[in-house]
Amino acid sequence: LQCLCFCLCLYSGEIFELKAELNSDKKEKKKEAVKKVIASMTVGKDVSQPDMAIMAVNTFVKDCEDPNPLIRALAVRTMGCIRVDKITEYLCEPLRKCLKDEDPYVRKTAAVCVAKLHDINAQLVEDQGFLDTLKDLISDSNPMVVANAVAALSEIAESHPNSNLLDLNPQTINKLLTALNECTEWGQIFILDCLANYTPRDDRESQSICERVTPRLSHANSAVVLSAVKVLMKFMEMLPKDLDYYGTLLKKLAPPLVTLLSAEPELQYVALRNINLIVQKRPEILKHEMKVFFVKYNDPIYVKLEKLDIMIRLASQANIAQVLAELKEYATEVDVDFVRKAVRAIGRCAIKVEQSAERCVSTLLDLIQTKVNYVVQEAIVVIKDIFRKYPNKYESVIATLCENLDSLDEPEARAAMIWIVGEYAERIDNADELLESFLEGFHDESTQVQLQLLTAIVKLFLKKPTETQELVQQVLSLATQDSDNPDLRDRGYIYWRLLSTDPVAAKEVVLAEKPLISEETDLIEPTLLEELICHIGTLASVYHKPPSAFVEGSRGVQHKRLPARAGSGESTESPDVGQSVSGVSDAPPAVIPSQGDLLGDLLNLDLAPPTTTVPPVPSSMQMGAMDLLGGGLDSLVGFHTCPAPVGMPAGLGAAPAVGGGLGDLFDLGGGVGMTSGSYSPPRVVWLQAMKAKGLEISGTFARRGGVIQMDVSLTNKAMSVMSDFAVQFNKNSFGMAPAGPLQVLTPLGPNQTVEVSLPLSSTGPVMKMEPLNNLQVAVKNNIDVFYFSCQYPISLLFVEDGKMDRQVFLATWKDIPSDNEAQFQIKDCHLNAASNKLQGSNIFTVAKRTVEAQDMLYQSIKLTNGIWVLAELRIQTGNPNYTLSVKCRAPEVSQYVSQCYELILKN
Amino acid sequence: MIGGLFIYNHKGEVLISRVYRDDIGRNAVDAFRVNVIHARQQVRSPVTNIARTSFFHVKRSNIWLAAVTKQNVNAAMVFEFLYKMCDVMAAYFGKISEENIKNNFVLIYELLDEILDFGYPQNSETGALKTFITQQGIKGQHQTKEEQSQITSQVTGQIGWRREGIKYRRNELFLDVLESVNLLMSPQGQVLSAHVSGRVVMKSYLSGMPECKFGMNDKIVIDKQGKGGASDDAGKSELGGSGKQSIAIDDCTFHQCVRLSKFDSERSISFIPPDGEYELMRYRTTKDIILPFRVIPLVREVGRTKLEVKVVIKSNFKPSLLAQKIEVRIPTPLNTSGVQVICMKGKAKYKASENAIVWKIKRMAGMKESQISAEIELLPTNDKKKWARPPISMNFEVPFAPSGLKVRYLKVFESKLNYSDHDVIKWVRYIGRSGIYETRC
Repeated sequence: LQCLCFCLCLYSGEIFELKAELNSDKKEKKKEAVKKVIASMTVGKDVSQPDMAIMAVNTFVKDCEDPNPLIRALAVRTMGCIRVDKITEYLCEPLRKCLKDEDPYVRKTAAVCVAKLHDINAQLVEDQGFLDTLKDLISDSNPMVVANAVAALSEIAESHPNSNLLDLNPQTINKLLTALNECTEWGQIFILDCLANYTPRDDRESQSICERVTPRLSHANSAVVLSAVKVLMKFMEMLPKDLDYYGTLLKKLAPPLVTLLSAEPELQYVALRNINLIVQKRPEILKHEMKVFFVKYNDPIYVKLEKLDIMIRLASQANIAQVLAELKEYATEVDVDFVRKAVRAIGRCAIKVEQSAERCVSTLLDLIQTKVNYVVQEAIVVIKDIFRKYPNKYESVIATLCENLDSLDEPEARAAMIWIVGEYAERIDNADELLESFLEGFHDESTQVQLQLLTAIVKLFLKKPTETQELVQQVLSLATQDSDNPDLRDRGYIYWRLLSTDPVAAKEVVLAEKPLISEETDLIEPTLLEELICHIGTLASVYHKPPSAFVEGSRGVQHKRLPARAGSGESTESPDVGQSVSGVSDAPPAVIPSQGDLLGDLLNLDLAPPTTTVPPVPSSMQMGAMDLLGGGLDSLVGFHTCPAPVGMPAGLGAAPAVGGGLGDLFDLGGGVGMTSGSYSPPRVVWLQAMKAKGLEISGTFARRGGVIQMDVSLTNKAMSVMSDFAVQFNKNSFGMAPAGPLQVLTPLGPNQTVEVSLPLSSTGPVMKMEPLNNLQVAVKNNIDVFYFSCQYPISLLFVEDGKMDRQVFLATWKDIPSDNEAQFQIKDCHLNAASNKLQGSNIFTVAKRTVEAQDMLYQSIKLTNGIWVLAELRIQTGNPNYTLSVKCRAPEVSQYVSQCYELILKN
Repeated sequence: MIGGLFIYNHKGEVLISRVYRDDIGRNAVDAFRVNVIHARQQVRSPVTNIARTSFFHVKRSNIWLAAVTKQNVNAAMVFEFLYKMCDVMAAYFGKISEENIKNNFVLIYELLDEILDFGYPQNSETGALKTFITQQGIKGQHQTKEEQSQITSQVTGQIGWRREGIKYRRNELFLDVLESVNLLMSPQGQVLSAHVSGRVVMKSYLSGMPECKFGMNDKIVIDKQGKGGASDDAGKSELGGSGKQSIAIDDCTFHQCVRLSKFDSERSISFIPPDGEYELMRYRTTKDIILPFRVIPLVREVGRTKLEVKVVIKSNFKPSLLAQKIEVRIPTPLNTSGVQVICMKGKAKYKASENAIVWKIKRMAGMKESQISAEIELLPTNDKKKWARPPISMNFEVPFAPSGLKVRYLKVFESKLNYSDHDVIKWVRYIGRSGIYETRC
């Protein structure tokens, strides 16, 4: 019989096919399959009955009682492999016995068998109570049994996101930590991965777990080390930063991470992908370890590329000289991808470390001199970014760049070069010739280049209008008439119209000062980063994608989040919910703004591609627009024929040109036409007549056209006439002060009311008030002086230019310590266009992501005193409760900001 | 967890295919072959995602091992497992080659069943596995009950790497301190990066279940003891000898037999060793490394068709010691047409197939110097790209530890059997080898 088991083990690979055949309808085939099963199991036995599969099972059942534990284990393991429903029913009894077997080898095999059975028939496992038995095994005396039970439970729990299967509490955690010291390397991995799902109740528990996990960092098995790092990175979140232990822990993490780099290349790759995440989350850990990431000549290409990435992240003023020397070395290597990345890295160093910019530029120029085609192209792309970062500093190199114009054959490099020519048209004598040369093959160019060429020529025209009329006319007609690309056509029309209606405005728009580009690029979005940190060591951390992006079905759909630091605003989950962090499964999944995206943005920042959806416009309006266009253009450039209306597609082409649409498109928002949407609280009585000798004051605040106004109604409820009104504010948190006198021109008769708007400035004396938005006001009239205090919504202070660049946003979000993050719930909101409504009050949506029916709005706000507030608003479809996370360097403000959100969203 | 494991030969033919999970379809085997083995491009990543299925692969000579999964598995674990699998196979039948795999077909399936259950790695210590999985099929029929339970308790137990009842007439142990020195030096002789990665390999032939304690000149330990009293100084010189008193170890990792919590708290290395050969620890140092050789390159381009290369090597260790197997590899451009070499010592040859001049010296004592000069004729090319000048690399073997590590003691205690620490014959050997030892030119 033992022999049978063994045979079946051998054949279990074929079980796959057999299963299909056993389930097939054809009797003939079925018979054949059964025969095969038996043949493979009972070598030499006479087979005569058709339902032998069951009989074969009987032999297994018998084997489960064998005196030899190896045979018992083999039998139960093999039965789990036969994935035929009929057989599984017979498996239950032997399995139950084996789970309680006296021999640990049988128990550890049976524990895994429960997971197998669950995979075939989950309901059966639950009905039979195997899950409880499995839970009991966590307290088993044998460490390997514990490890397998943990592994099986973790897997089963993954497919039941909301169940409380892995009931992690301090007692079980203690058992796991004990088993951790004793079990095999693989068992340690199972246990550590499971521990990472636990949320300690407080910082002390978190510290004590960390203390017991740190010895694992010296394990020879890299996977054990990485899983330990995961647990530590996660629990470290909960430790107060001023704790001595926190610093010790940070120091302890660096050496094992470096040691991972001496492992085999495949493991190095996994380690490097993870280090990339760790460096983004906690740059302090590896900041002194730059040298170990230097590329070795014989490293496989995948290791080289990853090392390069990390080198750039770690580059700082202190080590930039070394880094640059290395990068220059790499730029002469053989692998094209690697060389390109190295060249790009030099550019990124220039942008990141200002002191090195000059050296970087000269290095890049050296590289351009090599004339190696792809090196030159890559260098030009990064030089464009350097120009953006340090305007008016390195333009002397333009001449060298122009020499290489002909060798550029890649769209990105061509586009970059065209951008440079357009941007510095006034300094390049033959700019028009250069651009004209590109224009010849306009239709063969990629969209990127076409768009760039269009913009560059318009820039050129605005700078040198006299000589380039013909050129601009040519490119506009190419873009609007001959192109099928809506982006290109739309951009063409917009320029056309801008130029025709108001050349001055066109200049302001097209030649506007560009926002600076941020230092760090390719940063992973904070929420995604947090999730990936929870997945250190796993595939998710290798792909830098959440598991839901590559795992099918229900597994891995839960999103993990880092625990909140003790004492932060985030509500801490009770331990039983928090156990599998999935309890907080509304944690946002997030998508990385891919590199392509960012680069695209960089390139086109001078004119964002029109992404706003255009509302359908009635045709009459379209006609009007065309008129405008035709006439205007005539008068401006002196065209006699206007080709536009002919080629113009209905609706689409015309619409964006009209008023608001245009503003939207260029983010011209700045106060124009926006104010109507700004939130203003309802009127309140501030001063009651009884207390003020008959003067009643009520009022509200509003922000109109960028000016804060206090709308006051003064009512005279006394018998005598009131006059000589004046107002004064006490010092307050944001320095609000009347910008002019309180203008009540005529004396106020009895029972008369007067409405006054008092403009306010925010440049007055500052003193912190409690609450922060409190305003103490003194009003004087001919009778007396009256005092009252009122509270203004902080949204008054949100200024119109509060829209942050997307990358600056990312960097800032990361930069603000997570202590400063506060979370709020906004209940019962029923809105469709939250972002528009918020924008009315100068809360700007920087980016929006929709993942699994959850909208995430990333928003920025700037206060009058220059404080930036970053917010993330999560809206789940069908759920009226929104979640708001606010991050600000002045965390006191957060609470008031959240109040404003609530007020604005609900009004 | 791991959904399946495939082994292919260099042509992409499947040698072993073991599927553990239903979600891995039959086409997975082919998907990997088509997309990775037969791909025209060089391998760009050891992890490949094809149609939502992830493949992890490693290569041993020309054999591909691939693990496949559809879940978010622990990637580091999968690779560690694949390496382990290779170790286990090597321990059973030697080199991993197509022929050996075909000859041990049954055994491999058996092993795969035992060490990977439903995709979960189980005990994979060869010592334990060999007690019940043999080339003749699973043992079990002829064992006594005690033997059986001994096997199971060993496989699942706390000391899974050693079985009870081992007996030797002569208790003996061998310690090898194997170090590889890695260096990257600029042409001007500036050390860009240097580190030593070392291993302590132990061969133990000890009876019973001996408790061992290993000590070396770890700075942290020595400093701690220095405070306690200088009485241990005598012990220091016992096995050590000359050189530095103590070394700073950046990081070390241990075989699973070492009690890590004890190391963490007391920095003492105590363990019950497996029987036979195994790797006790690995360590890494970066401070005060003795660089056994210094390479001084001089490359001059004479016109477009000629290169003059002069390389000097200097040995930098005690004159009484001898370095062996010295090899200097000087890369030459692809368009080399002829090379003339003159060297003072050893033999030098231009190997066109490797694009390098290989200079071999059998032995060289410390504090010596040697030189090679070569004239390289080049074919004129119209290739715009300059020669990338790969670094000059070096290989050697020296009879000391470049990190300065010394073994201070290895104590053996076995309370149940009547042999003591003094009865054990101990051997210590230090070998320093070149890792990646490169000088840019």
